[in-house]
Amino acid sequence: MSEPPAPRAPMVRIQGLVKRFGGRDVLRGIDLEVETGSVMCIIGPSGSGKSTLLSCINHLEPYDGGKIWVGGELVGYREHRDRLYELPEHRIARMRARIGMVFQHFNLFPHMTALQNVMEAPIRVKRLPVDRVRREALRLLDQVGLAGKAGQFPAQLSGGEQQRVAIARGLAMEPQLMLFDEPTSALDPELVGDVLAVMKDLARSGMTMVVVTHELAFAREVGDALTFMDGGLVVERGAPRAVLSAPAEKRTQEFLSRVL
Amino acid sequence: MARGVGSMTGLPPPGTQPIVRLRHPWTWAACVITGLIAALVLYSVATNPAFEWGVVAQYMLDGQILAGLARTAELTVAAMLIGLLLGTLLAVMRLSRNILLSVMSWLYIWAFRSVPVLVQLIFWYNFGALYPHIVLGIPFGPVFYSANTNAVITPLTAALAGLGLAQAAYTAEVIRAGILSVPPGQTRAAKALGMGPTTIFFRIVFPQAMRVVIPPIGNEVISMVKNTSLVSVIALAELLYTAQLIYSRTYQTIPLLIVASLWYLIVVSVLSAGQHFLEHRYRHRA
Repeated sequence: MSEPPAPRAPMVRIQGLVKRFGGRDVLRGIDLEVETGSVMCIIGPSGSGKSTLLSCINHLEPYDGGKIWVGGELVGYREHRDRLYELPEHRIARMRARIGMVFQHFNLFPHMTALQNVMEAPIRVKRLPVDRVRREALRLLDQVGLAGKAGQFPAQLSGGEQQRVAIARGLAMEPQLMLFDEPTSALDPELVGDVLAVMKDLARSGMTMVVVTHELAFAREVGDALTFMDGGLVVERGAPRAVLSAPAEKRTQEFLSRVL
Repeated sequence: MARGVGSMTGLPPPGTQPIVRLRHPWTWAACVITGLIAALVLYSVATNPAFEWGVVAQYMLDGQILAGLARTAELTVAAMLIGLLLGTLLAVMRLSRNILLSVMSWLYIWAFRSVPVLVQLIFWYNFGALYPHIVLGIPFGPVFYSANTNAVITPLTAALAGLGLAQAAYTAEVIRAGILSVPPGQTRAAKALGMGPTTIFFRIVFPQAMRVVIPPIGNEVISMVKNTSLVSVIALAELLYTAQLIYSRTYQTIPLLIVASLWYLIVVSVLSAGQHFLEHRYRHRA
């Protein structure tokens, strides 16, 4: 895995993050840190802003206030004399290349095979030699348990298989951080386990991960930290076991009693 | 068990009771009448000497007619290529966040779709009356190159400009719809991988848009084959104008129009079959 930017420095640092959609405040001042090599799980009711928060980390959604650093680098803006200057698209793209993202609906490229999906970005973005990329892509597909499916198109794969290809696609860029946006929410229940197993392996290998999820068992078992969000704010955070079994805040208790 | 119940209730065993399907006698009557009318038309077409089928047969493979047919094919291909390339550019401009590009594209599409193609053709043909010289240089500054407009705008360039530029406006709308049909998640995923806008367009969005775009573009090609006949007004010897040239000499108007029509029928039929094949292929590829 890639080296941490500085010893003990957090991989992700979020400070006073604000995001508005058409006058509505979706994120209302979020502070959050994700330690390098740790797994941060974010839970909360739908509409609480957890997916938006994730999209702000790799600047798929530009934020309207506060700051985000990934690997010590400010995301999306350049700071100069108390002002934030928007970065040009190619600079933002370079930053995104170091952050993998897995989506709820997989978003595989339907006109490419599983292998081509994994190979596309390393070839086009990093301009690595095709042979090397192919070897690495086949290794990654093997790692997610899909060695035999390299030549299949996404439409020929099950949801769980598609999501595992999507994870391999993200890993192919050798990211320093992986973002997971409800990766198992669109899956049939019997396919969830395979995807979670791949994610668990990834966490064990030391990857820094931010996971928006409804899988509380996964959060408890794999997560190093847990954040509960509601109404665009962080309501509670702590060790997953502590938050899940003995939540301090009333809203967390209500949410957990409804979900569990 | 079922048999036992049937015999007890007096019902026949399942699947054995005859069913009489609804009959449609009027359909059959209509068929007979339509058949009679069709036979009458065919008989008339075959026996009316004014059709001059002998002349049709004589000119069908005439060298001049075939040259006109080739010119029609060339015009179709060249005008469609201009339309596709410029149309793609216009579609991308129209969807751009840059307001200048978007407005320019909108204006172009508005203008070239609003004026009839026939008018545009005549306009380009007479462009020399508007600007006698075509000049290349810095606006209000030095001139690098100057040419007589009438030397540049031949019937062929006027035809290509008229057909191609108008086609670009229509094609742009088709391609724009195709681009919009690609789910936004595709762009998000590509962005998240660090791809730049150009890579995203050519590798991710455009190939997926093509799938949606190919059937309507097929229709546009078929329309273009027929639209090339408009070029006859600016004396370019495509299929129709060639037929006109011959009948203005021989006065065999109807048979030569039939020759042209048969060729259009043949070409369009072949293209329709090709389009059907393409659509079938693209529907079944996942």
